[in-house]
Amino acid sequence: MRNMNIKSIQQWFSRAGELVNEFYNAPYRSAIARAKRDEDDLFMMLVFSEMMGVPNPASYYTLELQPLMLERFHDWHQRMGMEHSPLDHFRCC
Amino acid sequence: MNAIFVMLLGLAAMFLGYVFYSKFVAEKIYKLDPNFKTPAHEFEDGVDFVPTNKYVLWGHHFTSVAGAAPIIGPAIAVIWGWVPAFLWVIFGTIFFAGVHDAGAIWASNRNKAKSMGNLTGDVVSKRAQTLFMIVIFLVLLMVNAVFATAISGLLVKFPSSVIPVWGAIFVALIIGQIIFRKWMGLGTVSILGVVALYLLIWAGPSAPLSLPETVGGLTDNASWVLILFGYAAIASLLPVWMLLQPRDYINGLQLFIGLILLYTAVLLLGPDMTAPAFNTNLPEDTPSMLPLLFVTIACGAISGFHGLVASGTTSKQLDKETDLRFVGYFGAIGEGSLSLATIIAACAGFATLADWEAVYSSFGQGGVAAFVEGGANIISQGVGLDNEIAETLLTVMAVLFAGTTMDTGLRLQRYIFQEWGNIYNISWMQKALPATLLAVISCVALAFGAGSDGSGGLAIWPLFGTTNQLLAGLTLMVITVMLVRLGRPMYVTLLPLIFLLIMTVFALFIQLKGFYMEENWFLFGLDIVVLVAAVWIALEATSALSNLKKEQKS
Repeated sequence: MRNMNIKSIQQWFSRAGELVNEFYNAPYRSAIARAKRDEDDLFMMLVFSEMMGVPNPASYYTLELQPLMLERFHDWHQRMGMEHSPLDHFRCC
Repeated sequence: MNAIFVMLLGLAAMFLGYVFYSKFVAEKIYKLDPNFKTPAHEFEDGVDFVPTNKYVLWGHHFTSVAGAAPIIGPAIAVIWGWVPAFLWVIFGTIFFAGVHDAGAIWASNRNKAKSMGNLTGDVVSKRAQTLFMIVIFLVLLMVNAVFATAISGLLVKFPSSVIPVWGAIFVALIIGQIIFRKWMGLGTVSILGVVALYLLIWAGPSAPLSLPETVGGLTDNASWVLILFGYAAIASLLPVWMLLQPRDYINGLQLFIGLILLYTAVLLLGPDMTAPAFNTNLPEDTPSMLPLLFVTIACGAISGFHGLVASGTTSKQLDKETDLRFVGYFGAIGEGSLSLATIIAACAGFATLADWEAVYSSFGQGGVAAFVEGGANIISQGVGLDNEIAETLLTVMAVLFAGTTMDTGLRLQRYIFQEWGNIYNISWMQKALPATLLAVISCVALAFGAGSDGSGGLAIWPLFGTTNQLLAGLTLMVITVMLVRLGRPMYVTLLPLIFLLIMTVFALFIQLKGFYMEENWFLFGLDIVVLVAAVWIALEATSALSNLKKEQKS
């Protein structure tokens, strides 16, 4: 019986904790997600910088990252209102 | 009359309003459907559209609509006696604010969670949408000037609050880092944060801080206004998680603690309402109660700002359509209860009528300071807290609310400037820093233009209330048009709309005359702009409704 009680109290606490977290995060969820997206976009631009004529000393390494960026790249060019990839050497859809 | 009676009467009336009137509105007018697929489910993306527990949603709907405005308004308006303010807050909450707030969520919910501005364009007309944007800009402009002035007044009057107020910002900064870097759980941090804040409040009275009376020709009030705008500009440029989010959270907790403390103290002490029920001994400069009462108390009775919150974020997180009755209507009641607490504090917190009249010596006097003084008297006698600590506590509460609103307001204004930069292709205006500077300059111009020592803020309080009511009028217009299209009775929203329009236009004319007599051409011009907007809304509403009638006949 006592065990049951402790368990239900623990459950109650973790539920309350979830709600408090929700209360803290919900109002700013979208603002923070947008800021994160902006930073990720910047990183992607760095990866593709050679193709836009910006010299990138780390291009040997960033080349490897290009395939990983495929999905993000697709999202990005659609979000920016371009139907197809704007880069000559990197086709997308 | 005993304040306990006033408090119970008010709370009971609002509760009955929730139980009966909101049920009627939800079932017969908005016809809420538990099976309707809300935008939160339809477009669920884990970012903007997230179905949220209704109590959590209520929590942040309530904390984002309740700020300093429902305290300042009633605290000024009790100058006409406590009965008129009491009646307008109670009836306004039941028949205006609740219907408006829940209606705004409903309208947005039924239209893919669009914001009120876009909805106005879709439902009424593109012209009305432009008007909506103008009114929003005016509201934001005024809210910053008003709040900066209100805060500076409090900081000058209660020097013991200076350290806790600025200290609270550091507490928020630290909390922001702890949570962002996941050093501790939110529960622990909340407790530590609240404890730190209250330690600061407790320490405040032993280290009062005030600015020199004049620095370089500026009064201390004016210097505070400038410092506040400098701070708000920096704060509005920081990422939200750093300062705004933790501060908002702490404010939310403060709001609940403050309300509970005040109501408990009233119950324990049972003070008498020393202020007159109807003030027959009005200071000479007091304008006529009708219509000014209805624009002096905007938040707390009905406020257009709620429609922005309701349609901007709340509607995107609604789990079930039937939840909006609780979230919207009960959110309005939460704010009504804050205004009710303010009325009681400002009217029952003074020992004698003479004391009260000394505080309310002219229109615009009293205000938040009366709420702080009166409330502190009630708390210190009721719960046994030291009077000075209680004063500091309430000041910090009011200042933090106003400060957060300033930060958000400036941020939103910056977005508007940046958008204009986009529309008109002005590249420098699209950047964050210059756009923020523009926003700050326009607000400072308003604060100083309306009164040379930066005291202009409170002179425009009634004008701010008017503009806020106009925004509410626009939202009510959208809801009414939607109801007519669905063939449902429209009087539930049309009557409040007509009442609001008559009162605001009437109030604008009276203020226009006042500014003309004072030869305050700055406010005179602003008043005319708002007046044009008000008449425009009335015309827009008439034409929208008459067009609908014609359509339905043919």
